[in-house]
Amino acid sequence: MSAIKIKLRENDLMQLKEVCKSFNNEAGELINVLHKAQGIFGYLPAEVQEVVAQELNVSVAKVYGVVTFYSFFTMVPRGKYPISVCTGTACYVRGAEKVLDEFKRILKVPVGETTPDGKFSIAGLRCVGACGLAPVVLVGDKTYGRVAPDGVKEILKEYEDN
Amino acid sequence: MEKMKVKIDNRVVEVEKGATILEAARKIDIDIPTLCYMNLGDMGIEHKPGGCRICVVEVEGRRNLAPSCATDCHDGMEVKTHSIRVLNARRTVMELMLSDHPFECLTCAKSGNCDLQSMAIKFGIREIPYEGEKSTYKPDTSPAILRDVDKCIMCRRCEKMCNEVQTVGVLSAINRGFESVVAPAFERNLDHSECTYCGQCVAVCPTAALTEVDHTNQVLRALADPTKTVVVQTAPAVRAALGEEFGMEPGTLVTGKMVAALKQLEFDYVFDTDFAADLTIMEEGAEILGRLGRFLSGDKSVKLPVLTSCCPGWVNFFEYHFPDMLDIPSTARSPQQMFGAIAKTYFAEKIKKDRKEMVVVSIMPCVAKKYECTREEFASDKNPDVDFSLSTRELANLIKRANIDFNKLPDEEFDGPMGESTGAAVIFGTTGGVIEAATRSAYEMHTGKKLEKVDFGQLRGMEGIREATVDFDGFPLKIGIAHGLGNARKLLEDIRAGKSEFHAIEIMACPGGCIGGGGQPLHHGNSAILKARQKAIYQEDAGKPIRKSHENPSIIKLYEEFLGEPMSEKAHHLLHTRYFGRAREIVIETDVKEE
Repeated sequence: MSAIKIKLRENDLMQLKEVCKSFNNEAGELINVLHKAQGIFGYLPAEVQEVVAQELNVSVAKVYGVVTFYSFFTMVPRGKYPISVCTGTACYVRGAEKVLDEFKRILKVPVGETTPDGKFSIAGLRCVGACGLAPVVLVGDKTYGRVAPDGVKEILKEYEDN
Repeated sequence: MEKMKVKIDNRVVEVEKGATILEAARKIDIDIPTLCYMNLGDMGIEHKPGGCRICVVEVEGRRNLAPSCATDCHDGMEVKTHSIRVLNARRTVMELMLSDHPFECLTCAKSGNCDLQSMAIKFGIREIPYEGEKSTYKPDTSPAILRDVDKCIMCRRCEKMCNEVQTVGVLSAINRGFESVVAPAFERNLDHSECTYCGQCVAVCPTAALTEVDHTNQVLRALADPTKTVVVQTAPAVRAALGEEFGMEPGTLVTGKMVAALKQLEFDYVFDTDFAADLTIMEEGAEILGRLGRFLSGDKSVKLPVLTSCCPGWVNFFEYHFPDMLDIPSTARSPQQMFGAIAKTYFAEKIKKDRKEMVVVSIMPCVAKKYECTREEFASDKNPDVDFSLSTRELANLIKRANIDFNKLPDEEFDGPMGESTGAAVIFGTTGGVIEAATRSAYEMHTGKKLEKVDFGQLRGMEGIREATVDFDGFPLKIGIAHGLGNARKLLEDIRAGKSEFHAIEIMACPGGCIGGGGQPLHHGNSAILKARQKAIYQEDAGKPIRKSHENPSIIKLYEEFLGEPMSEKAHHLLHTRYFGRAREIVIETDVKEE
C-alpha cells in the first residue's frame, strides 16, 4: 500500500503536540493525553489519534484500541448539547430505557450519534452517583432527576432557541 | 535463587521463586492443557495473559480456581490439576468458547491442525449446551494473509508477536466485551495498515482466525493447462520442515522426496531457489565488496553497513519504518525474484517459450513471499516473474490431496540447470546463513586466496542479535546478524543514530530465519523444532560437494552465456530492485478555513 497521509490544520497539530509535550510524551500517559485532546477537539478523529501515536511512540492500533475500549472517548463529534441517559441499575429499573427510547424517537438518532444539525447527541451512561434521583439525565453539565418519558419533550424545549 | 516446594497432584516438586504453577507441573511432566499460553523458550517469547481460563487448577485454601499459567507458586502450595471441579470448569469454559465459534470444522483451513479443535477432542465435547448470539465481523483479504475474526478466541498471541516480538504494531484488541476483536487501527484491512506480512501472527494463531491466502487451486489449474509450462522452485528452509507434515521427526531432510513429489505432481521443471540464492551471493557479494572498497578509499557518498535484502517481510518493515534509510539495504532482489526473472528470460529462451506461456511457482516457508511476487516492479508487461507462491503447508496439502505417499517416495534429483546449487545457498534458510554464504565468496573475491575453512561458527546460533568479526586477510570485517523484526529495529536505530560499526548486517524477519517462517509447519510453541530444522540445514550444507556460491557451475555458465558479470547492466535490470518509502505522513491542511 502507499503511504497514509494524515491531514491536520497547523493550529490543531501544534495544540496536540503541546498536549503530548505537557505529559513528557510518555507512552504511559496515553489515556490522559487522549482525555485532554478530546477536551480540545470535542472528539478524537483518526487524524488526532495518528498524531498522538506518533508523539508518544506507540502504535496507532493501540491508541485506537484504547479509544474504543473506554466509552468516554468518542470518534464522532458530540452535539452542542450532549445528552447522557443513565442506564445504571437504579435508573434502569425505574424506566431509563423508556426515557432513552423517547430521546431517540424525537431526535431520530441512535445512541452514540449526533443530530444532523450538530445540536444534540445521545449517549448511554452507567451511573452518575445520583441514584436517589433515578432515572437521571444529563444535558451538558446540567442534571435532570426523576425524568419520565413524557418529560423528555420539555427538557429538549429548554435548548430550542439557543 | 530461593527454592520452594510445591505439591502438585500429590507429587512434590522443587521450583525457584517466581515459577508459575504451569512451569512447576511441566517440570514433573504433569500436563495442564493450555490455549492462550505460548512459550517459545529459547527466543525469550512468553505469553501468559491468563485469558482463556483453560489451564485453571485448584489451589488448597484458595476460594476460586487459579489460572496456572499466570499464578506464581508459593512454598508449601498444594495444587490439584484434574479434580472434578477443575475438569467441570475447563469443560464449561470450552463450551462457552465454542458457543461463539463457527462450526465449520469440516471445511476449515485449520482442521486437523487447530488447537481449539484438539482441545475439544481432548475434552470429549459432544454438544454445546449454550445457545446464543455469535459475534460476527467482516472478513479481511490481503495479498498474503486472511483474517477470519469470527474464528478468533481472543488468545492475543498474534498481538504479542506483532507488537512485542516484531514491533510492527499493526494488531490490537479493540472495542470491549462481546464486541471486542483483534484488528488493525480504525478497523482497516491489513492491506491498509503497515503489516509486513511476516506471518508470525499466522504461525501462532491457534485457530483459523489468521491464515495464509491459499493459492493451491490456481497452481492446480496451471498444472492442468496443457498450454502452460509450469516451473517450480523450492526455498532452502522447506526441505528441512516439510517432512513434519507427514509425521517425520523435526529436522528430517526431505530434499529428494520433495523433488519426487513435485515431479509426481507433474511440474514440468523442478528447480531450486538455492540456485537463485547462489546468484544472490554473486550480486550481493559484489555489491558489498564494491561499497566497502569505495568506502575505504574515502568515497563519502557510500554508506555502510550493507543490509541484506532477501527477506520480503524485512523489506516491507524498513519501507514503513525506516524510509530515511532506503539507500542502505543491498539492491539485490530476493532469491525468489531472481529465480523468476532468470526463469522467464534466460531459461525461457533455452526452452523456446514466451514468458506468457510459462508459470513460475515458488514453494516458500513464508507468507510475505505471496505479497512480494505481486509487487509491480517484479513484472514485465504485467506478467509477474513469479506467478504463485505456496507455503510449505500448502505444498504438504497439495501432496496429500494428490494422494501421494510421501514417506515412501524414492529420492530424486532437481532438474538442470536451475536446480544446481551449493552448500552456501542451503544455509540461506537459517539466521546467519546468508551472511555466511556471502562471507565465503566475498573472502575469496576480496583476498584472491582460497578459503580453507568454509564453516564460520561465529556467525551461527539462535541469539536474536549476534555480532562477529571475520578476518579478511588483515582487514577485520564486522558483521551483524538479527532475526525477528524487533531485533532488527534495534540495529537499525543504532545505524540511524550513527552508532553502528558494522560493515554488513543480515536481517531476517522471522525468529530463527526462514526455518521459523510464517509459512512453515506449525511448531505449536515448541522451539526445539526450530533448532532441529537449523541443524538439518547445516547438515545439508556439509554434505554438498560444492559449498561456495561462485563455484556453482550453472551460475558460472549463466554469467558466461547471459548476464556477463555481476552488477552488469543486464544483471542490474533483472536482479536488482529499488525501495519505496511508505511511512505515515502528517500533512498540514491549508485549504480549510479556520473557524
